Amino acid sequence: MHDFDLNLDEISKIEGAASLDLKVRDNKIIDLKFSISEWKRFYTQAIKGKPAIAIPPLVSRICGTCSNAHLLASIEGIEKAHNIIPSPQTILLRKLLYYGLIIRDHALHLYVFTLPDLLNKQSILDFDTNVPLEHEMLDDTFTVKEVGNQLSIIAGGRSVHAPNLTIGGFIKLPKIEELKNLIPQLVEIRPKIIKLIQIYAEKDFTFKLKTPLTYAALYSEDFSFLEGVIRTCSSTQDVIAGQCQSIPENELGKHLEASIIPYSHARGFTFSGNLMMVGALARLNISKETLNQKTKSSVKQYLDLFPSNNLFHNNLAQAIEILHAIDTSIEIITNLSDITAEAPIKIQPAASNGVGVIEAPRGTLYYQFEINADGTLKKGDIIVPTGQNQIVMEKSIYELVEKLLDEGKDKDMIVTEIEKLIRAFDPCMSCAAHFLKVRWK
Amino acid sequence: MVDKIKVGWFSFTCCEDNTIIFTELLNKNYKQWLSKIEFVHARIFRKDDTKEIKPMDIAFIEGAISSNIQEDKLKRIREKTKILIAIGSCAVLGSPSNQRNFFSRENLDEIKPILDRFQYKEKVLKVSDVVKVDESVPGCPMSETAFLQLMNKYINI
Repeated sequence: MHDFDLNLDEISKIEGAASLDLKVRDNKIIDLKFSISEWKRFYTQAIKGKPAIAIPPLVSRICGTCSNAHLLASIEGIEKAHNIIPSPQTILLRKLLYYGLIIRDHALHLYVFTLPDLLNKQSILDFDTNVPLEHEMLDDTFTVKEVGNQLSIIAGGRSVHAPNLTIGGFIKLPKIEELKNLIPQLVEIRPKIIKLIQIYAEKDFTFKLKTPLTYAALYSEDFSFLEGVIRTCSSTQDVIAGQCQSIPENELGKHLEASIIPYSHARGFTFSGNLMMVGALARLNISKETLNQKTKSSVKQYLDLFPSNNLFHNNLAQAIEILHAIDTSIEIITNLSDITAEAPIKIQPAASNGVGVIEAPRGTLYYQFEINADGTLKKGDIIVPTGQNQIVMEKSIYELVEKLLDEGKDKDMIVTEIEKLIRAFDPCMSCAAHFLKVRWK
Repeated sequence: MVDKIKVGWFSFTCCEDNTIIFTELLNKNYKQWLSKIEFVHARIFRKDDTKEIKPMDIAFIEGAISSNIQEDKLKRIREKTKILIAIGSCAVLGSPSNQRNFFSRENLDEIKPILDRFQYKEKVLKVSDVVKVDESVPGCPMSETAFLQLMNKYINI
């Protein structure tokens, strides 16, 4: 029978800092706390009173890796508040910036954070260049990430905190020849991603929750991450039966119920009272049919695995999303005949409200703004994906540890398996720890 | 065989954009850098027990200092490294992670329960407020050019 205490400080190979405390007595879990241990920076406070136009570049500093997701969601919220409709060209160029982020960010997670688990290595730095697969994966890691990085740099001026985007358009437009020159590199990484998809489909682990789970994601006709309505499905059976619910994105906030977690620096959420999950697995479960046609043709056998309740399929779903980002970017750039000089549409200050919702790499990102008549921000609310996943992450760890204890696994094995599962969620703690409205009892 | 340069990469209060820029700079430089560097601390790459800080040639520090726990850890890093490099605006200037230092009384009252509960420092500090800094790479995110110059100075020798 097991008796042990476990404290995992600063779990490795995730974005930001998280910790786990676990107490087991007589083979039973007495206490389990998964917490976000980032130190807060109080962005929801800091944006109050600032001019609306200054908000996007500030909130992009909430998170390094998802910075351009925060930029685009906040821009959308402020544009909606002022009835600004961006031009078709602006929408296309924003998509290209965003696909660069999806390629770069998912590749970081899949190659650097989780692939070592699949290949029984501690770190990508331990990959042996004398082993052909490990050598190939090491080279692919940096080749793939660089193409995503370059796509975002060309489209937005930088892949982190892109300086060329603003409300109503672009401060500086990309050069069409630079985008066209990137096509051969996008084509070159395509087979590398198909190989990565194959590895995750064949080698990844399996863990399914016993507790029912609601999947939520933005649904659009072209799987763009940036537009659409919120769709929720309370099970994979509901997906198959076509019994999912749709709600307008500006009503999402009404359904997300904040839950204070006293030992965590961040708050968790449920969806209309149900355990919820957002991210690539939710997106693939809900809208795989809207992926790029070429992507669907190339990886049909792996798409057949969705809808899935295997939490590790979040990794496979991310790999498929990279392919979608590559294929759609190639299409958009190929069809671009010109980039027209357009000045950003200017804000006419007015007292107003606006909601911006996009699918960040790790799931639905929600911004809600109240703006004063003088154009300054009265109040803002930001709900990030890792907050929405925090409760299901803890629940999953609980069920996993119960299962491993029943199987008689030792403490080291339990630690390894917990870390793998946390990484499968691809949590982003920098995002999760900026909140304000926490009331301690 | 020449010993590799022992490097630590540490993140305090920030958005970790410098870590992301570093991983993107690795895209073109990894063959050269990884042949010369041994990461003794780098949570982004491997399991990292920082209860015991190991000796290092260079420690890269991103982020500002929000708590006594962070301050103690930073001092322990300083004791164990020959060179300490502050990277990015939060480490070099404290900003924007120190934005609460400039909050109104009303904003401060609102965040006070959190500051008290988790024992935040009264003011957020930049790295040089706590320890001696040998080199700085400014920018939000850090300037790639300045970072590459330092890598050339210390790594590519």
